[in-house]
Amino acid sequence: MANIISDETIEYVGILAKLELSSDEKEQAKKDMGRMLDYIDKLNELDTDGVEPMSHIFPVNNVFREDEVQNGDGREITLANAPERKEDGFVVPKTIV
Amino acid sequence: MKQYETVIGLEVHVELATKTKIFCSCPTEFGGAPNSHTCPVCTGMPGSLPVLNKKVVEYAVAVGLATNCHITRNCKFDRKNYFYPDNPQNYQISQLYYPICRDGGIGISTEDGGTKTIRIHEIHMEEDAGKLVHDEWGENSLIDFNRSGVPLIEIVSEPDMRSADEVIAYLDKLRLIIQYLGASDCKLQEGSMRADVNLSVREAGTEEFGTRTEMKNLNSFKAITRAVEAERERQIDIIESGGKVVQETRRWDDNKEYSYAMRSKEDAQDYRYFPEPDLAPVVISDEWLAKIKAAQPEFRDEKLKRYKEEYKIPEYDAQIITEDKHLADIFEETTAICNNPKKVSNWLMVETMRLMKESGIEPGGLKFSPENLAKLIDLAETRKINSQTAKEVFEKVFYDNIDPVKYVKENGLETVSDNGALRETIKKVIEANPQPVEDYHNGKKKALGFLTGQIMKEMKGKADPAMANEILKELL
Repeated sequence: MANIISDETIEYVGILAKLELSSDEKEQAKKDMGRMLDYIDKLNELDTDGVEPMSHIFPVNNVFREDEVQNGDGREITLANAPERKEDGFVVPKTIV
Repeated sequence: MKQYETVIGLEVHVELATKTKIFCSCPTEFGGAPNSHTCPVCTGMPGSLPVLNKKVVEYAVAVGLATNCHITRNCKFDRKNYFYPDNPQNYQISQLYYPICRDGGIGISTEDGGTKTIRIHEIHMEEDAGKLVHDEWGENSLIDFNRSGVPLIEIVSEPDMRSADEVIAYLDKLRLIIQYLGASDCKLQEGSMRADVNLSVREAGTEEFGTRTEMKNLNSFKAITRAVEAERERQIDIIESGGKVVQETRRWDDNKEYSYAMRSKEDAQDYRYFPEPDLAPVVISDEWLAKIKAAQPEFRDEKLKRYKEEYKIPEYDAQIITEDKHLADIFEETTAICNNPKKVSNWLMVETMRLMKESGIEPGGLKFSPENLAKLIDLAETRKINSQTAKEVFEKVFYDNIDPVKYVKENGLETVSDNGALRETIKKVIEANPQPVEDYHNGKKKALGFLTGQIMKEMKGKADPAMANEILKELL
């Protein structure tokens, strides 16, 4: 494995991903991430000099919508996905606003 | 003590005045029941696809042109990744690599009477987040996604401001430009314009920037001024006592007039931007750009100049009237009808302002038509009604946009131009008040005022005081 993930890196990625990992899980994650990076490194074997970075898979642009209201009251559909609902709001753990 | 210079740059978020959200056709209208203005797109449901609102691009380009920016003819969106409950997708669609506008700047007036350019680094389009409400009866927070996906532009300045006054001047200039474009109502208190202040201090005369902090939650010009002063002092205190300013985001509490650091190490900021694959690039053609350019309104500075030259109204009047585009529009349209700019300006500056203050109505909420104001001015100028009546009729115009000509006729408010009737009344008043008449003949000028008052009373206010005065003198 060419890519070695350090303890600091896995700690940092854990914070960013809001994940708490046990030390066993951390070791496993380090290996997995290293292997993923090795795989991605394959792309570096290609010569991409002078190739425009691609941001969209189809050669299209200017896909627009006119500024007209089409959606009605979406409350019920939206809140149907709420793990917990109170009146018309999603309930989430207390945040300091 | 050493002299310090404050260095300030601003990030200004402006909510655009579109009818619908940036990537879906949910309404942006304020005040609906929580989550009533939502759909799978603006709540980040898997499999939903965003489609860009064309009007957002047009507003962003219009603001860019008005602030002398280069328009990025081929621009793209990127994802900014972070976890917070108000952000349903776990990323915000924004622009990092190819923002729509770059390298602009606007001129501001400085305290010493000079002018100065504040450079604009970039303007980009992005979506707003939802709103978190603390549940008073529980240990939870509630989310309302109505604001999620409301279009924003973020205007990022260069660190070109040196004082709170310059910050206010810059914000005010931006506000006027954007309001004139109709791109937003720019209300700090209501959050449709939000300013984050990046501030650092450095020893006067040095070139190198100090470490900056970012201040959030500034909801008024006063709060901004206080926060700038307080943060400058705080940083100078740290440096003077041998410490180092930490680069961090701070939240201003305007009631307590102090700020505190918002994020800890556990909330490391690393947004891992990458190109948004769900949105196609935006290409702004020459034709489209020309069309937006052609639709730009006359802005405040140009209006100010023209008002003084073309309408010959005083600088002060022109300043006040052009402070708001709605007011300026009423002024110009009324003047076009009655061709009396000074009178129109007077009615706007005195009576309109008085009633606006009294009723709390803002310029955007003014209901009366230029036609009716012009008619009223005409009635007053041709002395068909006297000045007191004119003020009373104007109140009706102001609140209910009545037709003053019709109203005056229906309520019999015309001044009596029939000389005979007025003459008769004056004769009666003279007969009924021998003492004041004698006083007048003995040189007491005050008596004339009393007699005129009596005449006006008899005429129920419908006489032209100047005319009554003339006849009175003649008959005496």
